[in-house]
Amino acid sequence: MEQNVLLKMVGITKTFPGVKALDGVNFELRKGTVHALMGENGAGKSTLMKCLFGIYSKDEGQIFLDGKEINFKSSREALDNGVAMVHQELNQALKRSVMDNIWLGRYPKIAGIAVNEKKMYQDTMAVFEELGIKVDPRRIMSTMPVSQRQMVEIAKAVSYNSKVIVFDEPTSSLTEEEVEHLFEIINMLRAKGVGIIYISHKMAEIKRISDDITIMRDGKWVATRPAAELEMQDIIRLMVGRELTNQFPPKTNTPGEVYLQVNGITGMYNQLRDVTFNARKGEILGLAGLDSSGRTETLESIFGIRTRKEGSITLGGKPCHNRNAQESIKNGFALLTEERRATGIFGVLNIRDNTVISSLKRHLRFGVYLSEKSQQEDTQRYIDAMRTKTPSQETKIRSLSGGNQQKVIIGRWLLTNPEILLLDEPTRGIDVGAKYEIYQLILDLACNGKTVIMVSSEMPELLGICDRIVVMSGGRVAGEVDARNTSQEEIMTLAAKYV
Amino acid sequence: MENPVRNLQRAAEEYRQKSAKDKKRYWIDGILNNALYILMAIFVVYTAIEKPNFLTLGSFANLITQVAAYLPMALGIAGCIVLTGTDLSAGRISGLTAAIAGVFLQKTDFVNKMFANLPEVNDGWILLTLLAVIAVGAIIGMVNGFFVAKFSLHPFIVTLSTQLITYGIILWFFSLNGNNSQPISGLSREYKLFVNGEMFRLGNVAVPRYVAYAILLVALMWFVWNKTPFGKNMFAVGSNAEAAKVSGVNVFWTTVLVHTLAGAMYGYSGFIEGARSGSVAINTGLNAECDAIAACVIGGVSFVGGTGKISGIILGVFVLRIIFVALTMLGVDSSSLYIIKGAIILCACALDMRKYLVKK
Repeated sequence: MEQNVLLKMVGITKTFPGVKALDGVNFELRKGTVHALMGENGAGKSTLMKCLFGIYSKDEGQIFLDGKEINFKSSREALDNGVAMVHQELNQALKRSVMDNIWLGRYPKIAGIAVNEKKMYQDTMAVFEELGIKVDPRRIMSTMPVSQRQMVEIAKAVSYNSKVIVFDEPTSSLTEEEVEHLFEIINMLRAKGVGIIYISHKMAEIKRISDDITIMRDGKWVATRPAAELEMQDIIRLMVGRELTNQFPPKTNTPGEVYLQVNGITGMYNQLRDVTFNARKGEILGLAGLDSSGRTETLESIFGIRTRKEGSITLGGKPCHNRNAQESIKNGFALLTEERRATGIFGVLNIRDNTVISSLKRHLRFGVYLSEKSQQEDTQRYIDAMRTKTPSQETKIRSLSGGNQQKVIIGRWLLTNPEILLLDEPTRGIDVGAKYEIYQLILDLACNGKTVIMVSSEMPELLGICDRIVVMSGGRVAGEVDARNTSQEEIMTLAAKYV
Repeated sequence: MENPVRNLQRAAEEYRQKSAKDKKRYWIDGILNNALYILMAIFVVYTAIEKPNFLTLGSFANLITQVAAYLPMALGIAGCIVLTGTDLSAGRISGLTAAIAGVFLQKTDFVNKMFANLPEVNDGWILLTLLAVIAVGAIIGMVNGFFVAKFSLHPFIVTLSTQLITYGIILWFFSLNGNNSQPISGLSREYKLFVNGEMFRLGNVAVPRYVAYAILLVALMWFVWNKTPFGKNMFAVGSNAEAAKVSGVNVFWTTVLVHTLAGAMYGYSGFIEGARSGSVAINTGLNAECDAIAACVIGGVSFVGGTGKISGIILGVFVLRIIFVALTMLGVDSSSLYIIKGAIILCACALDMRKYLVKK
């Protein structure tokens, strides 16, 4: 058993000013196994991995690889020693080709000077063939969807002949089919004796793919068990430290009359064609579909930040133009965007500035200046209401966890008093406990007569809290189902209709 | 506001609980984070020992006078830097507005008066001229902002172009009415008084009126940056333009307005510069933006975007001016002066950037 241990971390401790992020964490990875690392956001999973890769320097503890103590100073050094990581947020040179990205920093050379493009191409093809990836190595990164870019990242990790590969939320932007492919690759790596650390929030995946599960909570090790011994309920209980009997709060909202009518929206610069549906007051309408089926585009077209070629929107029977974000906000719309970092947060600004930015008019006095007091009050109200964990209002938002950032942005939108909330993947990258809170919030909004339109890639989530689900496929509406008597199979069939 | 004494007590308590290693780290961090001030203090003490008259009221009056002259342009350009941009046209815009102000406010009986039929210079006419040159600056700034916002061009390119265009206009302006590119001189007494007029004396050195104007401008800009929706929007756009757009910020108008406001500041700078130097030449204002940008960056207005404080800008201008005044006093020749200035800007920025780097 002991010889089988590939990577061993003992008593890892890391303290940040005011927080003990890791407290004597132990972790063991066996050769040829998939070891899932689970815990709520802020439990210390990422910090542990960053200590492994030398991105953070650990305060205490030891790390052994193949029995030898190691202490990487950078992820580069880790890579050279066969420890690779596939990041959740991809850091790639988007303007460069696939193979440039894979061999970056270690280009094969001719006579030590010129880059050997031919060898690079062949080597890339060899790795791709091994993994069954069908991507042209000469293709420019930015022209490919995120899922394919992620595959490239995995290929890169494999190309280093890594002994240990860490997957951080690898499936968050993959379709079901791509997830299957990823699992094939993982199984293949496992068979080759590679040790895999798999970080994810998706229970079903974890149950399927992993051999062992380690659960962390509040920077501490909680349990390590064989995956077969743990049921989903056990995992959740260990993660949150309390019983979560229901994943979803009880549905209490009752949809009223039709409020929003979307008629035949066709995109000017995107694949949307003749998208038509309606949403009622107090209703939670789900938008389901595969990646690039046009769900995000639909929300953004309604919100007026994507150009519509045809189609109209009526609100309570009255036409409503929504030519840009300002106009949409005035008409009572709010859009929670999919990519929090790119289009949601103002990283270097503090919580208060991030909260009030869409509702500055509320704080304007005499048409000239902004009342500091009312900004503080509004911000505090939503920090309390959303139970956002932050040291103060002056904290920069980028230092919060994903779930807390999301709460700040939801607060930002609630301050605009919206009638229609367009939520794009509202729970992506958020831990179980915070997810429940966000579901409850969405239901409360619906109970107060707001219309919620929600895009999600997690089917159980849509089935759990929506009233109706509109399924999109290839930029069109493929069908509409009642959330109470439908199944994942029915939705998947519809989602594949126009692919 | 929290009690400062209690804050200090808490800090002291936290310090006592640190380990020896952490204590060392604390001091090194403290020294590096405040290196700029420490170096300035050493520099000032050294200069004061070498040249005793450096630490006099008169010398201080000289310093704040210079700061007041350089500050407005830095205040304007800082907005562009907050938007992750820059402005290369600032100096030339102030040169043009200085020339316009000079021509409008030449002595009535001056022999080489460029436009003979202008009304007599009085306070009303001076104010009108001031408004006019501010408007000229604002319009050029607006052009900058329009091209940046409308066509998503980098401000570097846009302002490089408007810098050349403005220079062309300056050359054309100086050749009007047979002026033949001669400097504009013979500025009226009233104009000089309006700008340079003595408010009071500090150690036998007169403090001119434009120091008071600069204080007013600082107050105005502080208000605009911190208390108005425009200011909040500016920081939001600088921090993340895409998110700002989704959040309903009018990114186009915010960008245009930031540049317009900057242009107005350059216009005002030109007006002051004309009277300050007594005559306006073709190259008045040349490269002034370099000092202004340097001051902003020293003062922590980062090119990363979305960060910066008015107090930082003032500090930056102060630092640059102290160096200039002290080195001149020490009799350093101009070649070394530029080398030292460049080195200090480089060090200051490197030290400042340290604060923004995420500690790992």
